[in-house]
Amino acid sequence: MKLLILNGIVCDPSNKFEKKADILIENGKIVNISIKSKKRKLNAKIIDAKGKYVVPGLIDMHTHLREPGREDEETIKTGTRAAAMGGFTTVCSMPNTQPVIDSVSGVKFILTTAKNEGIVNVFPIGAITKGSNGLELAEIGKMKGAGIIAISDDGKSVMNAIIMRRALEYSKMFGLPVISHCEDMNLSANGEINEGYISTVLGLKGIPRQAEEIMVARDIALTELTDGKLHIAHMSTARSVELVRNAKKRGIKVTAETAPHYFSLTDEEIKNTDYNTNTKMNPPLRTIDDINAICKGLSDGTIDCIASDHAPHLIEEKEQEFRVAPFGIIGLETMLPLIITKLVNEKVISFREVIAKLTCNPAKILGLRKGTLSVGSDADVTIIDSKQTKTIEKFESKCKNSPFIGKELTGFATTTIVSGKVVMDGGKIVSD
Amino acid sequence: MKLKQKDLLGLEYLSKEEIELIIQTAKPFKNLFTRTVKKVPTLRGKTVVLLFYEPSTRTRTSFELASKRLSADTIGISVPASSVVKGESLIDTVKTIEAMKADFVVIRHSMSGAAHIVSKTISASVINAGDGMHEHPTQGLLDIFTIMEKKGNVKGLNVAIVGDILHSRVARSNIWGLNKLGANVFVVGPATLIPTEIEKLNVEVCHNIDKIINRLDVINILRIQKERQEQNLFPTLEEYSEIFGINSYKLRNAKNDVLIMHPGPMNRGAEISSEVAESKNSVITEQVTNGIAVRMSVLYLLAGGDGGKSETFNS
Repeated sequence: MKLLILNGIVCDPSNKFEKKADILIENGKIVNISIKSKKRKLNAKIIDAKGKYVVPGLIDMHTHLREPGREDEETIKTGTRAAAMGGFTTVCSMPNTQPVIDSVSGVKFILTTAKNEGIVNVFPIGAITKGSNGLELAEIGKMKGAGIIAISDDGKSVMNAIIMRRALEYSKMFGLPVISHCEDMNLSANGEINEGYISTVLGLKGIPRQAEEIMVARDIALTELTDGKLHIAHMSTARSVELVRNAKKRGIKVTAETAPHYFSLTDEEIKNTDYNTNTKMNPPLRTIDDINAICKGLSDGTIDCIASDHAPHLIEEKEQEFRVAPFGIIGLETMLPLIITKLVNEKVISFREVIAKLTCNPAKILGLRKGTLSVGSDADVTIIDSKQTKTIEKFESKCKNSPFIGKELTGFATTTIVSGKVVMDGGKIVSD
Repeated sequence: MKLKQKDLLGLEYLSKEEIELIIQTAKPFKNLFTRTVKKVPTLRGKTVVLLFYEPSTRTRTSFELASKRLSADTIGISVPASSVVKGESLIDTVKTIEAMKADFVVIRHSMSGAAHIVSKTISASVINAGDGMHEHPTQGLLDIFTIMEKKGNVKGLNVAIVGDILHSRVARSNIWGLNKLGANVFVVGPATLIPTEIEKLNVEVCHNIDKIINRLDVINILRIQKERQEQNLFPTLEEYSEIFGINSYKLRNAKNDVLIMHPGPMNRGAEISSEVAESKNSVITEQVTNGIAVRMSVLYLLAGGDGGKSETFNS
């Protein structure tokens, strides 16, 4: 089976390649990239990508697929469909399911289910500690053997510094990054939104930015101590960006991600929408100063990746009093248009730089042989129409907890190809 | 003049003119209370549902009396706090109430934003009777009514709100309302109980009332809850009382005609001494009477009543 993608602008940051070219795919691998292909002789299925970008399949390194345990919110099947719709060929599943993925059997379950029911690649992240309770290390080595690509207790911080130290030291042997959800949970206890003018006016309990920054600083210090490999999840504040920037300057092995809502919305959105619980996430929406710092961090390379933190919750969970509604929003299907609308079109960073943050950068952090269009690599490819404008309304995800519903955004994936197989085309999931 | 609002969710959302309209309209209602028949037929046939997710004696009684003195039918629904998580959702509860054709829903809830949820869900008029730490607009209005009654005007007055500002919806409603009417507002309390960036609401933060007491025209004292001590927001109630409690000694340098207010219920000996509560400066019981008049005014105006025609109430 051959597939030929014609006439697109191929943008592959891993090879510093950006020009009009054709891509030939055969047996699930990329076999040729050329400026002029002889299409008649090839006898291949043709996709015309004229006027569109052809990029390595996008990677989301922070996804909550909810299976096992909360299949009412999302499953590996529906979550990977949402990923395909958003242009993602690879997602990394966070382990805070029910039960927590803290053992080989859990990892095997994710991989088997993904193989049978998923339509994009799923790489599992294992827990740092058993049950993500922050008390005892999980079987990190055995889980590595089963296929995890990182460890994280996401949703919670590892509050005990000695446990975090051990995690950074121990995981080093396996080359696994420790993905840290940075939140001092004593300081943030019972918090609902960013602490500031908006929390004061709305009478909601504040989460001070320092709850995040204290842990970013601590984990950087522990990484310096252990020479471990640290990745900061969903960074949301100006000072966090500064801490990572300084740490990188000093040669500490730290990388960082942010999520689209942290450069798209501020806490004002909570007030403007009269307590819409789809503006409630953790870390919380911050302020315009933070947005500016996040943008600066993205443009100067301090922030390596953008990840969705896709967190599905049911309507009945979200349509409650603000305090009792769960944290989190879905993100797989709005991430790319938010990035193009808010970062590329606003000239914060170039298209190529942004694609690096969605392909080769996460691949490098996680040690994945993905995120590239090099000849011989897996034929994971995303085709993007950077001019297409749509109003956000429908989702492949089981849930609809998005603050972007009704907003008009530009720049959508039009085709998603996983190992040479078209899984999404023209805004529709392609099934066998 | 009419009030062009469906709901009363907070004083933040009202203009100066709208606040003044409510206050002006409350006056003739208060005069009604001295008559032998304290009732007018204005809202005959209307239904007021009092939906209380938090225990409350005075606010609930006040709304009930206000409705009854306007001849509306009232029904009270008390929902225990535990059922917020376990029971029927707030949205379903108010949809049920709407299906029963209520004209007004008065809601008290322990969580900020609850009244907004109700307002978004139903077309009946929603009156916020206190939502979490957010607003308690009718308390703010009755406080302003009381100040105007005693001082003639609010503009230029120095008003201190003393106590747990952080958790207080009464403080927030007072701040919005008083500022719109041109008062100088001070918030006084321990640094742990003053919310972040409150200065942006145009108030002056003070931790030592002695420094400002001689300038104050009004001192509005908030209830202090013992549970705040358990959260380490102050070391002991005794220490709180010594530093922030209002007693005769603290008032020695105050103006002779300083108004002492308290939204109730009082913790005598904690935030206010009995002597001060019973003094000639105290208007605490009058606040209760005024609360009914103000709530009648709010119900009347939200029902589409014309605030300019006081003869409406004489029928």
